[in-house]
Amino acid sequence: MLDLLDNINPDVEVLERSFKLSAISNRMLSQVLENNNNKSKDYWARCIVAVAGKSDKEAFSNLFTHFAPRIKSFLMKGGADAIIAEECVQETMVAVWNKAHLFDPTRAAASTWIFTIARNKRIDTARRNNRPEPDVLPWGNETEPDASEIISIQEETTLLAQAVKELPEKQRIIVERAFYNDLSHQEIANETGLPLGTIKSRIRLALQRLRHNMK
Amino acid sequence: MNTHMTIKHHLNEQLLMGYAAGILPEAFSLVIATQVSISDEARARLESYEAIGGGMLEDSDTEEMSPNALDSVFKKIEKSKSTVKTKAPEMVEGIFPEPLKKYTGDELNSIKWKNIGRGVKQSILKTDKNASARLLYIPAGTAMPNHSHNGLEMTLVLEGSFYDKDGYFKRGDIEIGDQELHHKPTASDEGPCICLIASDAPLKFKSILPRILQPFFKI
Repeated sequence: MLDLLDNINPDVEVLERSFKLSAISNRMLSQVLENNNNKSKDYWARCIVAVAGKSDKEAFSNLFTHFAPRIKSFLMKGGADAIIAEECVQETMVAVWNKAHLFDPTRAAASTWIFTIARNKRIDTARRNNRPEPDVLPWGNETEPDASEIISIQEETTLLAQAVKELPEKQRIIVERAFYNDLSHQEIANETGLPLGTIKSRIRLALQRLRHNMK
Repeated sequence: MNTHMTIKHHLNEQLLMGYAAGILPEAFSLVIATQVSISDEARARLESYEAIGGGMLEDSDTEEMSPNALDSVFKKIEKSKSTVKTKAPEMVEGIFPEPLKKYTGDELNSIKWKNIGRGVKQSILKTDKNASARLLYIPAGTAMPNHSHNGLEMTLVLEGSFYDKDGYFKRGDIEIGDQELHHKPTASDEGPCICLIASDAPLKFKSILPRILQPFFKI
């Protein structure tokens, strides 16, 4: 009997422990997921704002870990080799640090802003020629941008990405090739209308923000 | 709006997307960067097309960075510290927004114009060879010779206004010309019209004289 108990108890304990463990790991997992969900809304925008305001190296490292490998993959899809892509990503991230104070989280999602910097660096590296850029708009000295505004601009970006994925295949490929830098300006001009209905609501939102910021 | 205009509208959107994606020749980029600096609506549209790139980047696969990449970025930041401290620039006054000033100098009187007849003047801006850019000055009430286009042409109004069979164009508006468009743009009577034009092919004139002059004036 004793022997039997001795034999059983450890098993029960192991079982119990593994239940506890899985309960803990589930809780941790759901916390991680929750963090990730929080992240998906305005986390990255806040990181850039922290880099601008406090030269926050940790926020910058997080941005780097998330975006650098994505930019590199993005550039390589356009035909850049790994060494050039790596160099271009590094220059992009240096510019993210140096230009963080120009980022307006109520007008662009973090990913959009970083995309435009990477695009410009790509053009600089590839052609070494001029790239006319619009004037940069000053944005107000408001200490904390409104969270709901940041979130809605992020949500519109996500919707737009979704809309592109749902385009008929031929048109989706045109849009993707353009952004991967694998299309000429004549080719894009010859496309007879890309039905991007979703872009219209994004444009309305952008216009609203611009007018708001101009006041 | 007739079908021709609708097609033009699409073309405009596609070129804006091309700018957002970073695939336009320098001359076309100059026209769009200048328009965006003048017009809120163009800026809103551009920012929206750029958001497509942002969405694609967010969804992108990943490619591993070299192990010391972050360190070397911090080092580069350290090095660049002495050189950069860009402030957001002031909003522009005058007819030339910032991106155009890099090509023209600060103001109208810094432009070196060449007369091309009937009081019309032009000044060619230096860009890469994939397309050309020029400023055009048309005196009030003057009509340009009737012409069509071999390739794509974007005309952005910087000052004054002009009209042709496709409509009336004022500061910040772009007219797009392609093989389909035969037009005779005429500056409005109120004052001279100054435009920025980008083209990826030379113009085709209908009458013989401008055609003979074309190679000399690079129009």
